Amino acid sequence: MKNAIVKLLLILLTLGFIAWANQTLDSYTLSILNNIGIFAILALSYNLINGVTGQFSLEPNGFVAIGAYFTALFLIPSSDKIDMFALVDPAPIVLQMQASFLPAVLIGGIAATIIALLLSFPVFRVRGDYLAIVTLGFGFIIRIFALNSPAYTNGAMGLNDIPEVANFMWIGTIALITLIVMLHIIYSKYGRAMKAVRDDEDAATAMGINTFRIKTVAFMTSAFFEGIGGGLLASFLTTITPDQFSFLLTFQLLIIIVLGGLGSMTGALLATILVMGSMEWLRFLDDDMVIFGMHTGAHPGMRMVVFAILLIVMMLFARKGLFGDREIHEIIRDKFKKKGKA
Amino acid sequence: MDFSTFLQQLINGASLGSMYALIAIGYTMVYGVLRLINFAHGDIMMVGAFLTLMGVTAGLPFPLAVLLGIIGTVIVGILTDKIAYKPLREAPKISLLITAIGISFFLENLFNVIFGGIPKAFPAPDYLTKVLHLGEIYLPVTVIIIPVVTVLILGGVLWVLYRTKYGMAIRALAFDIPTVKLMGVDADRIITIVFALGSALAAIGGVFYAISYPSIDPLMGVIVGLKAFAAAVLGGIGSVTGAVIGGFILGFTEIFVVALFPELGGYKDAFAFFFLILVLLFRPTGIMGEDLERSRF
Repeated sequence: MKNAIVKLLLILLTLGFIAWANQTLDSYTLSILNNIGIFAILALSYNLINGVTGQFSLEPNGFVAIGAYFTALFLIPSSDKIDMFALVDPAPIVLQMQASFLPAVLIGGIAATIIALLLSFPVFRVRGDYLAIVTLGFGFIIRIFALNSPAYTNGAMGLNDIPEVANFMWIGTIALITLIVMLHIIYSKYGRAMKAVRDDEDAATAMGINTFRIKTVAFMTSAFFEGIGGGLLASFLTTITPDQFSFLLTFQLLIIIVLGGLGSMTGALLATILVMGSMEWLRFLDDDMVIFGMHTGAHPGMRMVVFAILLIVMMLFARKGLFGDREIHEIIRDKFKKKGKA
Repeated sequence: MDFSTFLQQLINGASLGSMYALIAIGYTMVYGVLRLINFAHGDIMMVGAFLTLMGVTAGLPFPLAVLLGIIGTVIVGILTDKIAYKPLREAPKISLLITAIGISFFLENLFNVIFGGIPKAFPAPDYLTKVLHLGEIYLPVTVIIIPVVTVLILGGVLWVLYRTKYGMAIRALAFDIPTVKLMGVDADRIITIVFALGSALAAIGGVFYAISYPSIDPLMGVIVGLKAFAAAVLGGIGSVTGAVIGGFILGFTEIFVVALFPELGGYKDAFAFFFLILVLLFRPTGIMGEDLERSRF
């Protein structure tokens, strides 16, 4: 009972913060918050398959792209599409795709879920490194498809003038919902089965867990939220091109979930804030710097060098990340228990 | 397709396949010994191309620049192992994989910062870019040199693997590292040799790539590296001969599918992954592989 009240209070507080921030903060701060919100959705869902279920996969950029393209195509008014598609005329079905914001975002999520279901049959026949490579390949194929199907995606030029509906109210609330859903999943029967698959797949099978089904459920759930995150991203950025969904996106998410601790949802959330915040803060690294009176010139990519080193150093010295595979409230509760005993 | 076009495409395919094969050997050897997909291997190839470019820009004669490029790449390859992989030998394999991804990203972005992301022209000497006319066939010299050199190198690698003490140690490590250590073999030294060999071949592949597609950029290793990995799996990961066969199959497929169905040209980078998925579905051990758990050279 006490727990439920605390939970409700936390949710109301967060909603209050989202509403307050959306009203009062300036557009620059809000754009950072929006970025954090979208990446939190992506990192939390990526963590479900990689951290909780232990299926190390590298495909989120593919699912995000699917969600982004579907949502964008449903949101852009059909009259605009004819002008926008410069290379070839849009396919007839593209012109029929029309929906308001929430359905459009949901369609993006559902499209990613269906693809995830189809993909899980070949993908989960392999484990470990092979899974990583095959899912990486999937991310590439989606991008290659987006580049080469101008009738649906407008090719390399991408889609622009996507209606900017996604404000912090939408993004923040959906991120909160994602967190709640993820926490519920990891404490449910399914969540325990997922962790069993991660810790020892053969033992899990022996206990009667259908590991393929568990992996597929985790994969589809993850894909659903990644698709939704993609839809929000499309509406937030108003422009999408295939190159935005390169492996760089997956890499950023990987850093986030490793920093937070593979398997920890609250860790992933905190790491999102840290990583996205420092991405913004470290922007100066990419710009022209003056060291001992010498101009270094602009060098885009310096931030990514720093983050790559961060990832390597973490793997070498702090493999557990911030919270290991536990949640922040579990750690706090244990701290209090220990104090009580002493 | 008439005969001369067929011959022309056949040679083009052999040339492309050679590049994949050279890089695939590095993947397959590291996997054989460490059970690690060295994500950074494609970027090692990029390092080879860029170091050679640095030598050429500094005014060195081309063969010397290539030699220094290979040596530099070997040093980079060994350093990645010593700094990033060696401390994680006992760690979960996923940690090793994440570190490899980190190395890959580090190299890509470091070279992006140093050289800029704009593709750089690669000045190959005239005697390599000359085009020979044989009847109706037009052949750049490189297209002939690349497969020939690759076959010679493959012979050399197989000789090292099967006729030298080091090769025997490498093959033994692929079976069982602890036992090999008990036999008095310095496993770390052998692993260093594996990385050195793989990096040298990748550097040669990188130079070939740079000559054939006369511009290079810091991300050139990503797609080529993934394709070479697919080739290694297709041939049976852990098998050097398999890697070469896989590389050639992939090279021929890309060239011929695009030649026969030009409208599929945009999708040519995706073939490797379709192959990969098909192989994993129907014959996960690849063409030459015997057993995934105990793959051998």
